[in-house]
This record gives sequence, structure tokens and C-alpha cells, in this order.
Amino acid sequence: MIAAVLSLTLLGALLGVVLGCADRFLRVEGNPLVDEIGALMPGSNCGQCGFPGCAGAAAAIVAGSAAPTCCPPGGKALAAAVAGRLGLAVDLSALADDGPQIAGVAEELCIGCCRCSKVCPTDAIVGAAKQIHNVLREACTGCANCVDLCPTEALLLQPVPPTLPHWVMPKPLGA
Amino acid sequence: MGILTTFKDWFGNDWGVHPDDRKRPAADAAVRVMPVPERLWLPLQQHLGAPARPVVLVGQRVKKGQLLAEAQGAVSAPVHAPTSGTVAAIAEITAPHPSGLTLPAIVVDADGADEWGERVGCADPFALAPDEIGRRVAAAGVVGLGGAAFPSSVKLAGAARAGVATLIVNGSECEPYLSCDDRLMRDAAAAIVDGIRIMRHASGAARVLVGIEDNKPEALAAMAAAAASCAEIRVCRVPARYPMGSEKQLIQALSGIEVPADSRPADVGVIVHNVGTALAVRAAIRDGQPLISRLLTVNGGCVVAPGNIEVRLGTLAADVLAFAGGLHGDGLGLARRLLGGPMMGMQIPHWRVPVVKGTSGILALAADEAAAGDADPCIRCASCVRACPVGLLPLEMSARIRNDALDAAAALGLADCIACGCCAYVCPSRIPLVQYFQHAKGELAARERARLRTDATRKLAAQRQERLAREASEKAAAAARRKAERAAQQSAAEKLVQGEPA
Repeated sequence: MIAAVLSLTLLGALLGVVLGCADRFLRVEGNPLVDEIGALMPGSNCGQCGFPGCAGAAAAIVAGSAAPTCCPPGGKALAAAVAGRLGLAVDLSALADDGPQIAGVAEELCIGCCRCSKVCPTDAIVGAAKQIHNVLREACTGCANCVDLCPTEALLLQPVPPTLPHWVMPKPLGA
Repeated sequence: MGILTTFKDWFGNDWGVHPDDRKRPAADAAVRVMPVPERLWLPLQQHLGAPARPVVLVGQRVKKGQLLAEAQGAVSAPVHAPTSGTVAAIAEITAPHPSGLTLPAIVVDADGADEWGERVGCADPFALAPDEIGRRVAAAGVVGLGGAAFPSSVKLAGAARAGVATLIVNGSECEPYLSCDDRLMRDAAAAIVDGIRIMRHASGAARVLVGIEDNKPEALAAMAAAAASCAEIRVCRVPARYPMGSEKQLIQALSGIEVPADSRPADVGVIVHNVGTALAVRAAIRDGQPLISRLLTVNGGCVVAPGNIEVRLGTLAADVLAFAGGLHGDGLGLARRLLGGPMMGMQIPHWRVPVVKGTSGILALAADEAAAGDADPCIRCASCVRACPVGLLPLEMSARIRNDALDAAAALGLADCIACGCCAYVCPSRIPLVQYFQHAKGELAARERARLRTDATRKLAAQRQERLAREASEKAAAAARRKAERAAQQSAAEKLVQGEPA
């Protein structure tokens, strides 16, 4: 009994040390740039870029197989930030950006089919079957995944209205 | 930059500017009391912090002083009915804010009776516990009346907690044109001193310094006479210089203590309250009156009869101007509409903006009073460096902000900028320096909000993944259980079948 316990404990400790050493000396270095770009991305993994989530898109952008403009929810601001970090020149004028947008449900059109709430990457749509759905403003990222799925076109992206605490004094012109 | 800092060392004591104060003749005219207008608009946010939450219904009759909206959150202030009447609506009104955006307000139609609701006063405030005074001040919706509108009770409670030694009362009123604090000190010095003593009791401060600029000799004399019997209150003359009324500058001028960047006055044992706030605190404690009116200065080249007017909160600036005699030529020569002083006040798009707790003045400036003209390139004269009361390098910061290098501007101390406008005032090239700094501060705050939002999104996405995984495993477990049940039933049935022949 004691021999079995001791030998197994010893084996566990030894293998643990081996694993620890392997982690330190045989580690495969990830690209820190990919992590950095990934931190800039919206993080909702909505998939509109065509890559598996934001981490995938970040890897593709760093590898050069995707443009910094590939993220629709990130918009111009993200494209500029990513391009600035990577030292790339991007044409931001081609990127349609009407400022931040969030989804809204037209209550008279919603039939409560639940298709939208299933695809929302942040669970921002609430509602039960055959009940009118609604969007939680704080959680919606404006990824538009839900918009095309709605059979009654009740879901539309709307610009976020400017509010007093969020207003920013415009930059002075000229000088 | 090295040269600039040396320059700063030589002229270190020469901060601020000396604008023509233009306080008279408005300051010398007697206070007029404006009658209650037919309709009042009371914004739910008249203070720093969270907006108040309405507790009345549309159509409800309210008495003067009745609670309309209660404070929510640690830093907030309630709103009270300035007169008796009916709640006509809860609607949007243009905010007293340079953006021109609207904010929700409770609309009260006055019934003309001006009938007080229930008031609980106190004959001997010094018998009350400091916390109780703080609670009553909070319930009366008293905020700093100097302009920043920070809830006074929060400051008093913070002072009692931190154990501050000095209460500084700000009567310097350094903004040109404004004279409402001057007028209060001349007319109600005894009541102000009483309010100061109540605030001293609530904050636990040992000594009180009242700072008054030397361009207000009448106010100095009145306050000195009223405070003569109180040994703990010292009325001090400070040189007239803008921005002497800024909290940290006044503390340094009166006590010699410099409040470090990133810290508050309470951290160095000082709190600062305005003279108008002292009066509001006295009314709240002695008479149980909430903050429902204030004295403000109506001034500027376009105003027919400039002066100080006592106005109910929620009165539209248009009504106040009409009461003050209107504008010369129906406002034909009007160049700028301002709420507050000309240096730090807010430009508003039109006059249909309500007077709120922090509105110290309504200014209608004529073209010859309002600085205008296009900006020229910076000639690096460093006038702004000398003028900056905080010791920043405005020219360097604005150059960085112009190129969108906001982080570089922040590294130069942008967060310490008090937006006093001295730099823009002295700039010979008319560069709108303060606007650059306001823009950069807003943009940095927006970035910070975006960062917090991204973090929240990430968390939500992770929670969804977790939920999907949990649901899938639950489904699998349920399926396995059903399968096992089915198998058990089947085997039982088989046993039964097998057992039959026997």
C-alpha cells in the first residue's frame, strides 16, 4: 500500500518537474503582435470577417492575408489603430463607416421566431418564442449577424444617438 | 523644452492673467427678484454625477419645495419644485451645455400661489450631528454654486472622513462680468457667516479662511465685519487675478499648500466651498428650504439693464433676459451667448435654455467684447506657458493634439489642465488652445469607454460560449439518461417475455 502511494507520488512529482521544464525550455513562441492586434479587436467573435473569431482575424491580418479593414464592427477606428500598429497604409475612404451602430427591433414587425437571439455573439437579444424580442443596448456590438436572418425585416442597425455625457468637443479647424 | 522649463522657473509666480473685470456697473445695482414665470424646466441633471430619477407623475400637483426627482447613486443630487403648480410633462430641453444636445427635464406649470410644502427647519444647527447636517444638505439638493455643481454633502462627508483641518470659502469670483457672489457678500454677509459656521461644524475643520479678491472692497468690508465675532473665521484679501477662484489656486494663495496632481484638496487637509453654497446650506439647515433659486448675473454689452437677479431654477434664459430689460436692438449686435463667465462659461445655441443650479451668469456679449478672428500659426512666444496656472506647456500640448498624438499630450500633463482659458486669452495668434484640450480630454475619455466596452464584450462572448457548452452537455446527459431508461425498460420487457413460457 505505502509502496504504491509513494511510487505514484514520486512519479507524479517527477513528471510534473519534466512538464514544467518542457514548458519553460521547449515553449513554442506565439507571435506577440497577434496578441496585441487581438486585444484591439472587438472580441465578440461575430465571424463577419470570415475567420474563426477575432484571434483568427488578428493572425490573418498580421500574416498579411487579410486587410486591416476586414472587421465591420470595428469600423474605421479599428482599421486606423491596426494599420498604425503594423505600420501599414490603408485606404480608409473605401470603408463605409457611419459611426457606431446598434441593432434595434421594430416591435410591430417582430413575430418572435427566435432566429436572431440564437446567432447573437454577446447574447444581447432577449425574448422567448412568439414574444416580441428586444436588444440590450449595452451588450449589442452592432455586428449585424441578426439583421439578415430576420424573416420580417424587423431588425435594423441604427446609429447610436449622441448623448450628453458621451459628447466630445470637436477638434478646432485650421490653424 | 529645457529652455521652456527654465523660463517657467523664472516666472513661476506670474501665473494667470489680468483681464479687464467689467463687473461694474452690474455689481453696484441692487438685486432684483424675478417673479415666477408661467413655466419652469427642471433638468434631471443639474449637478456632477448620476442624473436624478423622477418621483412625480405628469399631471400631479406639487407644492413649492416638494421633491420632484430623487438622487440616485453615491454622487448625485435631488431636484425640487421651485414653485407650486402642476407637472405638465417630462420632456427634453436644450441642455446648458456647448453641445446643444437635449436632456430630460421635469416641466412645472406654476399656479401663481407659490405655496410652500412641508419644511423642517432647525433652530440650533450646532446641536445636530455632522452626519445629520450632511444628510439634510443632501436632501435639500445643495450643490457647489460656483459653477462646477458638485454635490456639497459629498464634499462635507468626505471632509469629515478625511479629517480636514481647513475650510476655505471661495469668494474670489475671478471671472470677468460676474458679480453674484460679490452681491451676496455685500447684502447677506451675516447669513453667509452663519452658513460657514454650519459647514465648519459639519466638516469638522478647525479654521476657516475666506478668500476675497481685492477688487471687491465692499464685500471684503462686509464679510470682515460679519465675521469679526468669530475667532475661527479669517477673511483674507487675495490679489485680483484670474483664475484665483479655481480651487487649487485659491488653496495655494491662502494656505501656501500646493495640491499635487492626481489628488484632491481633502488629501492635503483642505476643502473649498463657495459663498453661495454657504448661504444655500444655511437655508437648508435653518429653514429646511431646498435649493430652488439662485442669484445670477445678467451682463454683457447687449443687455439693456445689467445686474444681479434672483431667479427660480428652471427659468429659461430668454425669460430672465426679458425681465432684465431685453437686449439692445432686439439682439442685433449679439456676438455670443454664454452661461457662466466669459473665460470658462458655456456657449449656448439659443436662449431657450433653463437656468440650473450651476448657472452663475447669463452673458450677451457684443461683437467688440467677443474675441474673434482666425487662428494664426504658433510663433512659440511661450506667453501661454507663463499664463498657465497649473504649470503646463499649452503650446506643446496643442501641437501634439493637432497631429492626433493624444497620448503624447497626456504625457505632458493634459489631465491636470483645468480649462481656465488663460492660455487662449494671452495667445497672440488667437489659437483656440482650450478647445484643443477639451477635445483631447473628451477623445481620451471616449477611448477609455471603448476599452471598457471591449472588455465587457469579450466577457459576454465568453459567457455565451460557456452557456452553449453547458447546454450541449446537459442535452447530452439528458439523452444518455433517456437512452439508459429505454434500455432498462426494454430489458425488463424482454425478461418478462422470457419469463412467460416458464
